[in-house]
Amino acid sequence: MFDFAVVTQWVDTLLRSFLPDQAALLVEFLLVGLCLLTAYALIALALIYGERKICAWFQCRIGPNRVGPYGLIQPVADMVKMLIKELIDMNHSDKFLFRVAPFIVIISSVLAFGCIPFAKGLEILDFNVGIFFLLAVSSIGIVGILLAGWSSNNKFSLIGAMRSGAQMISYELSIGLTILTMVVLSGSMQLSTIVENQANGWFIFTGHIPAFIAFVIYMIAGTAETNRGPFDLPEADSELTAGYHTEYSGIQFGFFYLAEYLNMFVVAAVATTLFWGGWMPLHIPGFDNFNMIMDYIPSLLWFFGKVAVMIFIIMWFKWTFPRLRIDQLLRLEWKYLLPINLINLMLMVIIVVFGLHF
Amino acid sequence: MNSIKEYFVSFYKGLKSLLIGMKVTLRIFFRKKTTECYPENRETLVIADRFRGTLTMPHDAEGNHKCIACGLCEIACPNGTLHIESVIEVNEETGKKKKVLTRYMYDHGSCMFCQMCVRACPYDAICFENSFEHAVFTRAKLVKQLNKK
Repeated sequence: MFDFAVVTQWVDTLLRSFLPDQAALLVEFLLVGLCLLTAYALIALALIYGERKICAWFQCRIGPNRVGPYGLIQPVADMVKMLIKELIDMNHSDKFLFRVAPFIVIISSVLAFGCIPFAKGLEILDFNVGIFFLLAVSSIGIVGILLAGWSSNNKFSLIGAMRSGAQMISYELSIGLTILTMVVLSGSMQLSTIVENQANGWFIFTGHIPAFIAFVIYMIAGTAETNRGPFDLPEADSELTAGYHTEYSGIQFGFFYLAEYLNMFVVAAVATTLFWGGWMPLHIPGFDNFNMIMDYIPSLLWFFGKVAVMIFIIMWFKWTFPRLRIDQLLRLEWKYLLPINLINLMLMVIIVVFGLHF
Repeated sequence: MNSIKEYFVSFYKGLKSLLIGMKVTLRIFFRKKTTECYPENRETLVIADRFRGTLTMPHDAEGNHKCIACGLCEIACPNGTLHIESVIEVNEETGKKKKVLTRYMYDHGSCMFCQMCVRACPYDAICFENSFEHAVFTRAKLVKQLNKK
């Protein structure tokens, strides 16, 4: 399978050949940052288009189809619209916190984005507590949301932010426990090791029952974590006039919007990495010819294909279920998901200890 | 004991209803979309005959219409869209006076398409037809005279 380490090594040797070490490192940092931000923006555009089209197809209508062939230029038009909007300064808001909040949200989102293993050799942040770091960093976004609601000087934004904060903190627990379950199965927190351990079968197959239950809980908790789907009370238009980002306009709102879509992407990417093998092709132990054919498909394509399926499932949740009230949402987490999660974790530990996995 | 049973039963019922919901939306996802892609589909567009597009006064082959300028449609119209101008014509031979229509003015811009005028007419002189592409650039162009002579 094509290993992207070849490309990165080539760039590295090229730079070190005519630049001193520190300068080469600096240029590499800049290149990586540039690639990351470009990928971030492009994936956001693709997701916005996908959301509108998939939402439309679930509602028995065609999505945008006027702006460009099949409406492909629509997200670009949306982006331009958002960029040229006026940034309105609130009168009595806490100005510094008001301006900082969107940046905190987007920084946490980009940091989490950088941890994901996209393809073989294509990882940016890869150290031995990878998944733990990802979880920690995605929790920073909650601070941004609370700040946004608080500094807006608006009662409804505040209620929205508090509800969002409560919701996200609760569901962090579920996500943490499901991730812990899969780390128990894989034996390592390093993301590249987790993917490599799935070479003989994806974790959802090798860890049968507890892995499947963990996957379902992770998908539910993941959509709740990103304030999406049936858990979007904090930003529901009809409930709180857009909740914590009511007072934001233009690019500041664009940051919240982008961060929401990319958080959904991160949730889907972590789901594929932990459960569905990341960039690892489908290998059935014993069928060597089949495995060889599967190896021909590039790992980047495997990764994005799986993430696309996960994102489709997340969007399926959103456009099927009615919104949950805040008390129903918290009840779901604390009374149903958490006990199931704990029992599942114990089940997984028993399975690993007695070697009952495949 | 009952509340524990209640907990599990509600959990399974809830899960089952969620899955049924997801199945329904997936079915809709793959269904053929009913959106009409106008104006690309103008060739094959079928508009129902009773669609109320615009008011017309049907004329026969010689150009005669059935309106007797009674004004019932003007009275029935809730909007004041119709204005009927008529003259009293005296028949030379018999000396009988008859009201004859000169101009039947219909303001398409203020019409509500409620069809009260058509229902009020005693002789079916006016009816709605199903043409719908009437966009113009000034409202003055929407005031039409329905009778042709």
